[in-house]
Amino acid sequence: MSLIFSHYNYWVVIALMMIGFFVVIAQGNLVKKLVGLNIFQTSVFILYISVGKVSGGSAPILSDSVTAYSNPLPHVLILTAIVVGIATTALGLALVIRIKKAYGTVEEPEIQQQDHSC
Amino acid sequence: MLNHLPILQVIVPLLGAPACLILGRAKLAWVFALLVSTAAFLISCQLLSEVYAQGPLSYELGGWAAPWGIEYRIDLLNGWLLFIVSLSSTVSLVAAQTSISNEIPGEKQLFFYVAWLLCLAGLLGILATGDAFNVFVFLEVSSLSTYTLISLGKQRQALWSAFRYLIMGTIGATFILIGIGFMYMMTGTLNMADLSERLPAASSSYTVFAAYAFVVVGIGLKLAMFPLHFWLPNAYTFAPSIVTAFLAASSTKVAIYLLIRFTYSVFDSDLRSAGLPLPEILIALGMIAVFAGSTVAIYQSNIKRAIAYSSVGQIGYMIVGLGIGGLLGLQATLLHLFNHALMKAALFLSLAAMAFRLGSTQLKDLYGLGQRMPITAFSFVVGGLSLIGVPLTVGFISKWYLVSAAVADGRWPLALLVVLGSLLAIAYIWRVVEAMYFKPSEEGSPKGEAPLMMLLPLWVLIAANLYFGIDTRIPLAITADAARSLLEVVQ
Repeated sequence: MSLIFSHYNYWVVIALMMIGFFVVIAQGNLVKKLVGLNIFQTSVFILYISVGKVSGGSAPILSDSVTAYSNPLPHVLILTAIVVGIATTALGLALVIRIKKAYGTVEEPEIQQQDHSC
Repeated sequence: MLNHLPILQVIVPLLGAPACLILGRAKLAWVFALLVSTAAFLISCQLLSEVYAQGPLSYELGGWAAPWGIEYRIDLLNGWLLFIVSLSSTVSLVAAQTSISNEIPGEKQLFFYVAWLLCLAGLLGILATGDAFNVFVFLEVSSLSTYTLISLGKQRQALWSAFRYLIMGTIGATFILIGIGFMYMMTGTLNMADLSERLPAASSSYTVFAAYAFVVVGIGLKLAMFPLHFWLPNAYTFAPSIVTAFLAASSTKVAIYLLIRFTYSVFDSDLRSAGLPLPEILIALGMIAVFAGSTVAIYQSNIKRAIAYSSVGQIGYMIVGLGIGGLLGLQATLLHLFNHALMKAALFLSLAAMAFRLGSTQLKDLYGLGQRMPITAFSFVVGGLSLIGVPLTVGFISKWYLVSAAVADGRWPLALLVVLGSLLAIAYIWRVVEAMYFKPSEEGSPKGEAPLMMLLPLWVLIAANLYFGIDTRIPLAITADAARSLLEVVQ
């Protein structure tokens, strides 16, 4: 029981990861797929942030009154990954707009039907 | 200047990309991109010869020493890959202007070169860096520009394939990110050399095991390893012809490099032998890929698609080589990386030349091409022979090494299967040859050779296919040393 509660942040990560992954696979709507992809990526961000946390540690800002600091490196790393995530989402949405123009729909089954019929 | 080469290799194309945008005109951008790519190629040649003569180079980014700062580390393995990637980019860029002027509307051509250089910078970055997180960043740089390049294809399916590749690629990259996070959790370092020293101490833990699993699956998505290959045929088929030639020759190779790097340099050999029969899994997946990819290729009516499926099969051979392992197996994989880049670039450039004249690569449009475009048609035949693995071509050399690695490892049936897989390649190459030489042309079909700017790089590649099939000293020496140094790290 204590394992569940003391590591609840990791359980959140796993839950979000599964939800995101499921949405990507199960949804036929391209925008929803991208939302799922975002949730999936966000779970990894939370994983990294959890890794950097030192219990009882303060924010990594130099101060005389504090001796223990959280590890800033994972936070910095994940900042890069967040930027990458934004770029991916932007590119994905741009593609969705072009797909909508070309096919007239953003539903996966309809797109595949159109591709097969021609 | 000379000791800054490892960073120049990446930074030159990275800065070249925005510079292209400033130039503002498509033709200027092409000349500039070609210059940048040639510069990258010359740098990689210099790096490779230096590494071959003196051993690994280490470059500290911004002067920060290795475990804290980011280190660029060039050894024979990535020196070899840098050479392959920059070579294929330069050769295909020569033909790019002619080919894309036909396939991409004028106002988008400028952005095409920007995306190309970004993709090149990303691929070279993945290879050059010795930092696990940097790998992820460059992986995304190259992937995002690859999605863009693919979506520029003429048909609307290009958009849909680019989107599917985006979903798959992002999931793969995120898996790699999770793996890197787990490694950092266990060791507190991201430097690959440092990781390889610290991971053995933690190798009994499930976290390290999970890290390796995530990394392998993530890379597997990127390199189109057998059950994860579904994005590849569509992406290759609908991308602009010249992009396919570049991607087929470089991007999957870079993913295989990552697999080798993580398997041999970063993770501990105990880990690999512990929980999972990894060699058997790799060999099985690789052989299924060879047979499935080649069989599907036989039934395609679009030749570009057939050759794309054959890529899935050829990647299978590289995975088999990795699975066999040992000096010979690794060497076979490294040889096939280079040889496959040569033959696939040649085949796709040849298809690009056909698409330039015919506007399509459907089998029925190739009828009688032997009379209509003799030079292009013949280049496809030579490239196809190389793909099959006929002696005197590079394809033979890598198959030979793969078979002898299998035999040396006592896996006779595997050696037989490799040869059988090559027979399937004969089938799909023969269909094209039959169409080009033994079927009459349709009335009013277009005639005349492709422009010189496309034939020139094409025949350079064909010549290389033949040359390195006869005089194998250079690739053999480099791959043997690279394989040896990888195995020494393990022991």
